[in-house]
Amino acid sequence: MFTIVNYDAGNIRSVQRACSEIGVQSVATGDPAAIINAERVVFPGVGAAPSAMDYMRRTGLDIALRQAFQNGVPVLGICLGAQIVLGSSEEGNQTCLGIVPGKVLRFRLRDRLHKIPHMGWNEVKVVQPHPLLEGIKEGDEFYFVHSFYPQPAEGANIFAVSEYESPFPSALGCRNLFATQFHPEKSGRLGLQLLERFARWDGVIPDKSVEEGG
Amino acid sequence: MLSKRLIVCLDVRSGRLAKSVKFVDTKDIGNPVEKARQYYEDGIDELVFYDITASRENREIMLEFVEKVAAQIFIPFSVGGGVRSVEDATRLRMAGAEKVNINTAAVKRRELISEIAYAIGSQSTILSMDVRRIGKTRDIPSGYEIVINDGVTPTGIDALQWAKSGEETGAGELVVNSIDMDGTRKGYELKLTRMIADAVGIPVIASGGAGSPEHLYEAFAEGHADGAIVASILHYGEYTCQQLKEYLYNRGIKMRMRY
Repeated sequence: MFTIVNYDAGNIRSVQRACSEIGVQSVATGDPAAIINAERVVFPGVGAAPSAMDYMRRTGLDIALRQAFQNGVPVLGICLGAQIVLGSSEEGNQTCLGIVPGKVLRFRLRDRLHKIPHMGWNEVKVVQPHPLLEGIKEGDEFYFVHSFYPQPAEGANIFAVSEYESPFPSALGCRNLFATQFHPEKSGRLGLQLLERFARWDGVIPDKSVEEGG
Repeated sequence: MLSKRLIVCLDVRSGRLAKSVKFVDTKDIGNPVEKARQYYEDGIDELVFYDITASRENREIMLEFVEKVAAQIFIPFSVGGGVRSVEDATRLRMAGAEKVNINTAAVKRRELISEIAYAIGSQSTILSMDVRRIGKTRDIPSGYEIVINDGVTPTGIDALQWAKSGEETGAGELVVNSIDMDGTRKGYELKLTRMIADAVGIPVIASGGAGSPEHLYEAFAEGHADGAIVASILHYGEYTCQQLKEYLYNRGIKMRMRY
């Protein structure tokens, strides 16, 4: 069961439709208690960081989401949800949730080759193994639509990058939280497969050294 | 880098699929939901549905249709035709359309672009423009004029100026549809597409005239388009998505090849 954080920020129903397609039950809720007690949390979002953060603070969803994360609930952030888990955003100089150290930055270039928003299909290159990225091969593309991107402070939190004006982090993770700047619910079969993996994920990133040692 | 987008256009009349030629004759060619699902599975990058009746009575049918499509395809699609208000756009967006196309209504009242962008976001607001080549005049310095009401009514608005003002007003993407080339299968209006694509900082989609894989190559390589809309070339089974994409990929255009 996916509990989708409904905070008045866009693509809740498209995530629910994708859940139906892969046979996973989902419920969208703005109730903080339901988030804390969830089996798995999906934190989607389209829109602007300031209004989203404002809404979350007013409703107590900010505290609930941090609590769920601390309790070890697997959390999947999508798009704006992958941005506002960081410390702050350049979008309106906004203080964000601070679950993962880092900042949300704005694409700088805007020219014929770098249209803003960065909208369309782009390659997602895995830079660190993660259970949710299993099976993704070189050249696999996902759907993006955004003008800002997440930049974790620590390389350890970056699991995939994509190339636009320069390489930018397109998937990040910290313990039981994983987040994608792209939209798995709009990325065809490869995106649906990522959601399927999330439905099975126990929230643990296997220790690489242990894995390599057998 | 971003891939170029291959976008298929489906004209919908009362929930059925139609293909129009030069905006006049329309033929019924099947169930659009099934067709959309088939294109999705074949690797199309995006779809656009035009409600060619665009009447008030048809509004609810179109919303139901959008809901059905959204339950079947998990890639972005946009909807256009008869979007006249913020409410129209919001309802289509809520029904599952990733983006909404506005056209005639924006020409009649240009604030509509910013109002819709405010309600559903710039990234979901597409300004779709029908353009006719008329030759340069004092009022139309680019030589291309915006026409409305499915290409019948000239507006006296310069297409290049209109594209720039659309970007400034809040559109997140432009569809540049050549009325001269639409339905001819003789290739996109490259000069027009390039002029606009080079002048704005938002994605530009070429539309009207695709008849061969070569035409798509030209739209990207010469027209500088970010995406290109096709219709009959796919609808009548002449080519598959895969064939078009392979052709483009082999000519050095970055395309999404795994799906």
